[in-house]
Amino acid sequence: MKKYTKNIGVGFTALALSIGASLVQAADTIKVGVLHSLSGTMAISETTLKDTVLMLIDEQNKKGGLLGKKLEPVVVDPASNWPLFAEKARELLEKDKVDVVFGCWTSVSRKSVLPVFEELNGLLFYPVQYEGEESSKNVFYTGAAPNQQAIPAVDYLMNEVGVKRWVLAGTDYVYPRTTNKILEAYLKAKGVAAKDIMINYTPFGHSDWQSIVSDIKKFGSAGAKTAVVSTINGDANVPFYKELANQGISAEDIPVVAFSVGEEELSGLDTKPLVGHLAAWNYFMSVDSDVNTDFIDSWKAFIKDSKRVTNDPMEAHFIGFNMWAEAVKKAGTTDVDKVSNAIIGVTVPNLSGGYATMMPNHHITKPVLIGEIQEDGQFETVWQTAGAVMGDAWSDYLEGSKDITADWTAPLVCGNYNVKTGKCSGQNY
Amino acid sequence: MKLGPVTQFLMNDRAGKYLLSILLAVAVLVPLMNLTVPEGSALHVSTYTLTLLGKYLCYALLALAVDLIWGYCGILSLGHGAFFALGGYAMGMYLMRQIGERGVYGNPLLPDFMVFLNWQELPWYWSGFNNFFFAMVMVALVPGFLAFVFGWLAFRSRVTGVYLSIITQALTYALMLAFFRNDMGFGGNNGLTDFKDLLGFNLQSDSTRAVLFFSSAVALMLGYILCRSIVLSKLGRILISVRDAEARTRFLGYRVDKFKLFVFVVSSVLAGIAGALYVPQVGIINPGEFSPINSIEIIIWVAVGGRGTLYGAIVGAVLVNYAKTYFTAAFPELWLFFLGALFVISTLYLPRGVVGLAADLLEKRRSLGAGGGASVQAEPETPVESPQAAVADDSKSSKESEIELSTN
Amino acid sequence: MRMSSVWLTRLLHVTAVIFILTVNTLLFARNVMAAVPDSELLTPLAELKSANFSKKEQVVTDLSNLDDDRVIPILSGMLEGDLYYSKNAADVFVVLSSIESGYQAFNVMTAESTPDISKRDYKKISVNNSLRRLLRETLASLQLRSSNLDTRIEAARAMMKSDDEGNIKPLRQALQKEQNETVLHLLAVSEAMLVARHGESQERVAAIGKLKGELYPEVRSLLAGFLIQRNGEFQEPDADVRQAAADVLESIEDLVAFNKGIENVYFGISLGAVLLLAAVGLSITFGVMGVINMAHGEMIMLGAYTTYVIQQLMPNYIDYSLFVAIPAAFLVSGAVGVVIERGVIRHLYGRPLETLLATFGISLILQQAVRTIFSPLNQSVTTPAWMSGSLEINGALSLTYNRLYIILFSLVVLFTLALLLRKTLFGLQMRAVTQNRRMASSMGIRTGWLDALTFGLGSGIAGIAGVALSQLTNVGPNLGQAYIIDSFMVVVFGGVGNLVGTFVGAMSLGIANKLMEPFAGAVLAKILVLVVIILFIQKYPRGLFALKGRAAED
Repeated sequence: MKKYTKNIGVGFTALALSIGASLVQAADTIKVGVLHSLSGTMAISETTLKDTVLMLIDEQNKKGGLLGKKLEPVVVDPASNWPLFAEKARELLEKDKVDVVFGCWTSVSRKSVLPVFEELNGLLFYPVQYEGEESSKNVFYTGAAPNQQAIPAVDYLMNEVGVKRWVLAGTDYVYPRTTNKILEAYLKAKGVAAKDIMINYTPFGHSDWQSIVSDIKKFGSAGAKTAVVSTINGDANVPFYKELANQGISAEDIPVVAFSVGEEELSGLDTKPLVGHLAAWNYFMSVDSDVNTDFIDSWKAFIKDSKRVTNDPMEAHFIGFNMWAEAVKKAGTTDVDKVSNAIIGVTVPNLSGGYATMMPNHHITKPVLIGEIQEDGQFETVWQTAGAVMGDAWSDYLEGSKDITADWTAPLVCGNYNVKTGKCSGQNY
Repeated sequence: MKLGPVTQFLMNDRAGKYLLSILLAVAVLVPLMNLTVPEGSALHVSTYTLTLLGKYLCYALLALAVDLIWGYCGILSLGHGAFFALGGYAMGMYLMRQIGERGVYGNPLLPDFMVFLNWQELPWYWSGFNNFFFAMVMVALVPGFLAFVFGWLAFRSRVTGVYLSIITQALTYALMLAFFRNDMGFGGNNGLTDFKDLLGFNLQSDSTRAVLFFSSAVALMLGYILCRSIVLSKLGRILISVRDAEARTRFLGYRVDKFKLFVFVVSSVLAGIAGALYVPQVGIINPGEFSPINSIEIIIWVAVGGRGTLYGAIVGAVLVNYAKTYFTAAFPELWLFFLGALFVISTLYLPRGVVGLAADLLEKRRSLGAGGGASVQAEPETPVESPQAAVADDSKSSKESEIELSTN
Repeated sequence: MRMSSVWLTRLLHVTAVIFILTVNTLLFARNVMAAVPDSELLTPLAELKSANFSKKEQVVTDLSNLDDDRVIPILSGMLEGDLYYSKNAADVFVVLSSIESGYQAFNVMTAESTPDISKRDYKKISVNNSLRRLLRETLASLQLRSSNLDTRIEAARAMMKSDDEGNIKPLRQALQKEQNETVLHLLAVSEAMLVARHGESQERVAAIGKLKGELYPEVRSLLAGFLIQRNGEFQEPDADVRQAAADVLESIEDLVAFNKGIENVYFGISLGAVLLLAAVGLSITFGVMGVINMAHGEMIMLGAYTTYVIQQLMPNYIDYSLFVAIPAAFLVSGAVGVVIERGVIRHLYGRPLETLLATFGISLILQQAVRTIFSPLNQSVTTPAWMSGSLEINGALSLTYNRLYIILFSLVVLFTLALLLRKTLFGLQMRAVTQNRRMASSMGIRTGWLDALTFGLGSGIAGIAGVALSQLTNVGPNLGQAYIIDSFMVVVFGGVGNLVGTFVGAMSLGIANKLMEPFAGAVLAKILVLVVIILFIQKYPRGLFALKGRAAED
C-alpha cells in the first residue's frame, strides 16, 4: 500500500511536469488503435470488442480525456486474415502513429502482430483467454492464462462434483492443444489413470458431432462420474450442444465445462437443452456488483440495444483500458516505455466487485468463477475462487516451460527467463 | 543490329516495356527512398508502404502464374493458393530452422510449437531445411511436384473446365484441413511465425526489407519475361489453340495433355516462388493461405486486371489489393460491399479487365485523332476478342446440347 | 423380438410424448384434493426462497414425503426452472408459462391460472445440477403410478438413474400394479439395478443375472462400476458379484458393438441427407444451367435467416414455425435468385467461369448485408419440441429426431423436385430450354423467363435446405461458406445434371465419411474423402452417373 502511495506521488509530479510539456506539444489527440476483425469468420466475436473499446473511449472523453487531450479511436478491419493483422498493425503504428492498440482475438492473430509490435515498440492489450507460454515486452494480457480458467475448473469438477473420468474435447488449434496438455499433466499428477482420460480434436467449425457425442456417451457409461472439459471453439459449439441434448445427455449425467462459451455465444443459441452445463470465466454478466450494473447500463445505452449482453473479453478490455489510462496518468505521457513501466502494479476495479492488478509478467490478477448455464442465457455462479488468481505466463505443468518465468521489472527485465540456465531467450527487442 | 531474343520480343511488347521499366524503377527507387530519404521528407517511403508494396509484388507474381494457365491455356485453377502456400511453407521451414537457440524455449533443434506440444525429435521432413539452398530447391520442387502429379492424372484423363476447377478447389481444401492438424508438424492453425533472420540478415531491419523488396520486384520481372517468352514461342501458340479449341488441337496431332502439364507445372513453381518471397515479408505463414476463398481471390485479381495479357494480371493484383488495403481502413464496415460490387461490375462490364478498358479508351482517342485506320496496331498482343467469343459461343451450344436432365 | 415390440409401442407414442408436459399441468389442475393443510406446504416452500442449494435439496425431500397432489406440479415446475415466487405477496408461488399474449401464472397452492401477468413481479427459484438430479429422481418415483402411460414410461426410465435404496419399495409396489408390458420391463430393470447395488450378496448376483441383454447405458455403467480397480484393488469387495457383472457385461458388449455399427450407418445417412439438401439446389443451378453459383451457400444462409425471422414473428407457435418457414424460405431465396439471374447471370451465359466470379462477388455482398442487418452475431433458432430428443430403439441405439426428420425431409424434397422436372409443364419447358435453347424459343417458350425461374427454383431449394440446417448448426453470416465446397463435391461426384447422381453422391460421401471417422478421426476422414473424390474424378471425369453418348464430350 505504502509503495502505491509513493508511486502515486511520483505520478503526480510526473503529471505536473507533463502537463507543462503537453501544452508545448500543442493540444492534439491521443490515438487509440482498435485492431479487431469486422468481417470474416472472427467478426462474430470481435465486433463486440471493437464497440466496447469505442464505448470506453467515449466515456473517457466525457470525463475530459487523458492528460488534457481527447482520445481518438482509429478503427481498422483485419478481416480475420492473419497476415492482414500484421499489415494493419504496422499501419496503425507507423502510419497512424497510435499510442496504444486494443485488439486481436485468436492466438494466431496475436502471433502475427507480435513481431510488428516488438519492432516498432507499440503497446497491445490482448483481451482473450489464451494458452499462455508467452510474455512480450509490448503486450499486456488481460484475458485469462490457463491457470486462471482451466485448472480451477478441473479442481471444481474433481472436488465438488466428484468427476473421475475426463473427456478433453477441443478444436484442433494451439489453445486447446496446450490447455489439454496442461490439464492432462495436471490430472495425471492428481492420480487419474490414462484410460480415464479421453482426448478428442475436431476441425474449426465442425458441425457433425454425431459420432463424437456417441463416443462420449459410451465413455461415460463405464461406471464412474464423467465430465467433458470443452475447449471447442466458437461456431462449433452450437451443433455440439444440440447433439448432446438430442442424444439425451443432460448436464446431470455428463456435465460439460466450457472455456469458450460465454453470454454472447449463448445469445445465438436455443439455451433450453444447455441448462446446467458449466462454463469457467473470470466474469459473468450476472455478477451482482454496482460497477457491473453501471457497465451493463452504459453498454446497452451505447449499443442502443437492450438485449445485448456483456461477456468476459469485454471485461478484459474494460480492465485493460482503465489500467492503461491509469498508467498514462501515472507516467504523465503516452510514451510506450514509460507507460509500460508505470502500468506494472496498477490496480483498477474489475467488474465482479474486486480489483485487478497488473503483474510484472504482464498478466493480471483475476477471480475464477464457475457458472451453470440458465435458460435465459445467463450464468448462475456456483463456485468461485477465494481470492484473485495471478496469471501465470509459463505453465508449471509443461515440460518445456516449467523452468521459465517472466518478470519485466528490474533486475530481470525478461519475458522468458530460464531459472535453470539463467538465460533470457527468445527476445526480439 | 544484334538483338538478344529477350530484347527482340520486348520490342514488340509496348505494354511490357512500360511495365518492366516501371517495375525496374520501383525496384530501385522505393528501397532507396525508404533507406536514404529522411523520414520527414515528402519523398520518404515508410517501411509500412515498403512492406505493403512488397506484398503486392508477390501477389502480382502469383497472379501472373495464374494468368499463364488461365489466360493462355484455359485452365482455371481454383487451387493456386495451395502452390503459393507450399512455397511459403518451404521458406517458413527454413526461417524456423534459422531461429535455432533464440526460440522461446531455447531448444537448438525444435521450433517452439514442437517444444510445448512435447515433440521429442524433429520429424524427418523437416531435416535439410536448415540449408538455404536445399530450402530454395524445395520452394520450387514441392509445388512443382504436386502440380506434376495432379496435372498428370487430371490432364491425361481429360478432366477439363469446371470439373478441373472444382477438383483443384478440393485439392487446396484438403491441404488446408491437413495443415490445420497439429499432428502434421507444421504448427497447426498458428503456422510458422516469429522468424528472426534470413541468411544471417535480420528480418526486422530496413535494409533486409529493402533487399527482399528488390528481390520480389526482380522475381516479378523475370517471371514476366519467362511467361512472355513462353506465350510467344511456338509452344505458346499451341497453348492458345488448346484454350480456344482443345479437341481440334488434339485432332491435329498435338499431345494436349503434355503441353498443359508443362505450363501447369511452370505456373505452380512461379506461385511457389511468390509464396517464398511473401513469407519473410509478412512474417507468418499459416494454413489460412490454403483456404479456397484465397484461391478464388487470385482469379479475381486476374479477371479484374484482364486475363490473357500477363501485364493485366499484375495490374489487377496491385489494384484489387490496394483497394482492399484502402477500404479495410477507410470503410471497415462497408468494404465487403465495395469488393463484392467490384467483382460483379468487372465481370459484367469489363470482360477484358481494366487493361482492356484502358486499351479501348486509348484506341478510341487515337482513332479520333488519326481518323481511324491505324488502330489495329494498338494492342497487337492482346488476344483478339472475336475468335475467342466465337469459341465461347461454340462451347455454349455444345454445353447446351450436353446438358440433359435425367432423374432416373 | 421383444425389443421390436418395445419400439413399436414407443413409435406409437412418439407424438404423444411431445405434449406430456402441457397435458400434465392440465391433469393436475383437474383434481386438486389437498391432503395436507396448506401450512405444511408453505413452510418448506418459503425456505426455497433462500439461495442455499443444500437446504433446497432437503425441502425437495420433505415435499416428496407429503401426500398431496400439489407436490408434483411444484417439483416439475422447479425442475423446468419455471417455479417463481411473488415479490409482493407472501405465500404466492406460481409456475410461469409463456402464452400468446405474454406470461401465465399457475398458482401451485390454489391451482388457479392467471393470464397476462408481469414477469417482473416474480422471482425465480433457482436450481443447480445436483438439485435437478434429485428433482428428476423424486418426480420419477412420485409418477410411477401416474394414470398417464407416457409419464409412467418416462418415470420408469428415469428410475434407472436412481441410486436411492428407498426407491426399491415404490418400484416393487408399482411392479405389482402395472399392466403395461413396456413399463413393467423398465420397472423390472430399475428394480434389479437397485437390488444389484444395495441387496444381499446372493440377491445381488441374481439381480445382475436379470440384467442380461439390457443395453441401457445406465446398466452398462452400473456393471462396469463393479469392475473398477483403484490402486490395484477392486472397489467392489464381493468376488461373486464381480464375476456375475463381468459375465453379463461381456454378453452386453457384443450387442452394443453391433448396435454401434448400425448407429454409425445412421449417422452416415443423416450426414448424407444434410449434404443432399445442401447440394440438390446446386444440382439445378450448376448441373442444369451450368452456372457455378458461388452464392449458393448464401442462399442456404438466407433460408436459415428466414427461419429465424419467422420464429421472431410467431414466438408462441415455435412448434409450427418450421411449416411456415419452409415456404417462406423458398420464396425469399427463390426471389433473390431470380433477381440475381435477371440482374447478373443472364449476361454471362456460356461463360461458366465468369459466373463464378460474379456470384462470388454477390456472395460477399449478401454476407455483409446479413451482417449489417442482423449483426455479425449468430442468431438463436429454437428447435421445436417435436424435433428434440431421440427415438430409443433399444438401450444402445437411439435415433435423434432432428436427424430423422431431416432424412425424411431431404427425400421428400428430392422426390418433389424429380416430379416437378419430369411430370410438369414447367419441367418439360425447362428441360427443353437447357437442351436446345433456340429450338425451345422457336416453339414459343419464353426462354429468358424460364432461365430466371430455373435459377429461382435452385435457389429456393437452397433456402429450404437453410431451414433444415438452422436446426443443426449456427445461423450466422458464415453458414453458407461451410457448405459450399461440400455441395460442389457432391454434385461433381454424383455426375452433373443428374438428380439420382446427386442422391447417390451425397449418401455415399456421408456414409464413407462416418465409417472412416472412428478409425481416422473427423479431420482425416474428411481429407481422405476429398482425396478419394479427386482420384475418382481422374478415373471418371464426368462423375458417378455420367451422361453417355457424344453429347457428353466437350
